[in-house]
Amino acid sequence: MQLNREALTRAYRQMKLIREFEERLHEEIQTGEIAGFTHLYCGQEAVAVGVCEHLTDRDKIVSTHRGHGHCLAKGCDVEGMMKEIWGSQEGLCNGKGGSMHIADIDKGMLGANGIVGAGAPIAVGAALSNKIDGPDAEGKLAVAIAFSGDGACNQGTTFEAMNLAVVTKAPAIFVFENNHYSEHTGVDYAVGTTRDIASRAEAFGMKVWRADGTDFFAVYDTFRDVLEYVRTPGNGPAAVEFDTERFFGHFEGDPQRYRGEGELDRLRAERDCIKIFRAKVSGAALLDEADLDSLDADALSAIENAVTASRAAARPQPENVLDNVYISY
Amino acid sequence: MAKMMYRDAIRNTIFQEMQRDERVVVLGEDVVGGNGTAGGPEAIGGIWSTSVGLYDAFGPDRVIDTPISESAIMGAAGGLALAGKRPVAEIMFADFIGVCMDQLWNQIAKFRYMFGGKSICPAVIRMPCGAGYNAAAQHSQMISQFVTNMPGIKVLMPATPADACGLLRQAIRDDDPVVFLEHKFLYAMSGEVPDDPDFVIPFGHARLARAGQDATIVASGMMVSYAETAADDLAQDGIGCDVIDLRTTSPIDEEAILDSVEVTGRMVVVDEAPPRCSLATDISALVAQKAFASLKAPIEMVTPPHTPVPFARELESAYLPSPAKIAAAVRKSLEYR
Repeated sequence: MQLNREALTRAYRQMKLIREFEERLHEEIQTGEIAGFTHLYCGQEAVAVGVCEHLTDRDKIVSTHRGHGHCLAKGCDVEGMMKEIWGSQEGLCNGKGGSMHIADIDKGMLGANGIVGAGAPIAVGAALSNKIDGPDAEGKLAVAIAFSGDGACNQGTTFEAMNLAVVTKAPAIFVFENNHYSEHTGVDYAVGTTRDIASRAEAFGMKVWRADGTDFFAVYDTFRDVLEYVRTPGNGPAAVEFDTERFFGHFEGDPQRYRGEGELDRLRAERDCIKIFRAKVSGAALLDEADLDSLDADALSAIENAVTASRAAARPQPENVLDNVYISY
Repeated sequence: MAKMMYRDAIRNTIFQEMQRDERVVVLGEDVVGGNGTAGGPEAIGGIWSTSVGLYDAFGPDRVIDTPISESAIMGAAGGLALAGKRPVAEIMFADFIGVCMDQLWNQIAKFRYMFGGKSICPAVIRMPCGAGYNAAAQHSQMISQFVTNMPGIKVLMPATPADACGLLRQAIRDDDPVVFLEHKFLYAMSGEVPDDPDFVIPFGHARLARAGQDATIVASGMMVSYAETAADDLAQDGIGCDVIDLRTTSPIDEEAILDSVEVTGRMVVVDEAPPRCSLATDISALVAQKAFASLKAPIEMVTPPHTPVPFARELESAYLPSPAKIAAAVRKSLEYR
């Protein structure tokens, strides 16, 4: 644990912002105010934040259908995101994308993605671009990260992307978030190499790491090593598997009949990355409870403001359907 | 002007654009060739010889030999383009679009729209396409109907070496994603190509390949030369045809088609793709909707039958449109009273 007070504060604020964003959406969706499909990242915050806290805007990420956490962690504007999910013209994508297609190219966020497994080839393309650009003044490459779940690890696109990255020595990082459920099916059934995705990546010729994705510090420290390796020219890609938990269903409205008795309560009690973070930092006297409570309040009010702004935000007009199909046509 | 083959017009244009703009990157299967072999790199230069010499000139970072992984090629092209490069990706046979459809249709085509106009994706996807080589059902298809149907994608179908050059250069410089349908049977076609290193052909402007007052023939890709042959044959009998080479099917030059049909009153549309939900039906619908009053006869469509592409020479010939079939369709239209 080498983080200073400022870095710890930042990390906790980010995790908590994602948590409150998702918890609030869970409530708002039930009111019927939000349209479409929404997949919540709640429970996995330590992964997105533990990874993205190391990155700069030069580094690219490609996310998934469960992308809100990655977007916020990579620096997408919270109000712009909330407005997008509300379908507003003022949203980050002018209401054209919604929950599954949030992007912010300037921040290096190349898009959440509605197709499971589609992100990895795109990330390899971005990594090849970084390789062409070459190392910075300190001799380090920018990287591109494909976030994938245990569901996407079964898609051929992911395999193709891993092999292409190895063959071309692209500075790509495959971050596998194993939340034990691909939609409504368990990892023990769907992943032939039971509960071990990293070994697949290893078989493609990559250096791999594994860590507990509910422990921010395990994620953060592990990813520092992964980055150090991939930023070094000539090394090529790497993969890391984080064992994590999904607190809500596959999508909002999922009755989750596949969950075991008391499973969700147990996960919330024992595997909550935010509780684990709080216990570690207050136990080590790095941040006290009052500091953390005040950050909690900040997160809540940021979300409250974002929701209020989204309700009042301008709606798209019917003619906007024609905008931005092409640059010129 | 320099006389060159269609394939060399493609290769030279890519070479010149790579020299001009260091963001231009080539990727695909065997675009270098020989990597990992005793022979070493540059053994192939693309199976269509459309990337010969690029590797030697621009090196492995910008001329990327990929494994046989079409989804990864297509997706990487999207990622490269989102990250600021100008990839020219080759899908060795257009038929392989089935392997990588998602990365084109759900990803590259839609990024800009889904992201509210906050991204550009200047990817060029070259897809050698079409029949004529007895390559059977999985290496011969015309896929214009799939890609023309995709909002967000521009679709080019060059019919001559000059158009291959001018359209490809515009595609590489264009900020929207483009599918470049180069016809395999045209690779050896020879023609004059302008020397101007900035020669481009703007999209959505058809070319009048033959002019006549009696009927309009609309064609694209290899079908253009068939239509020209048919028109020349008909001219012997005093029948004059406009032959409209679409050049690009998305955007499409509606005005050129409608203006011609308003004069001739008769249209034959030629399409190498299967007959349902195709360019042929699309253009027929356009004319029926917007030039109905000008029509003197039913629209004729010359297309393959609703079958896969067959292998045997006799069968492939029976499958494909031909100058004779096009001429017969024109005569049929003219006989209608």
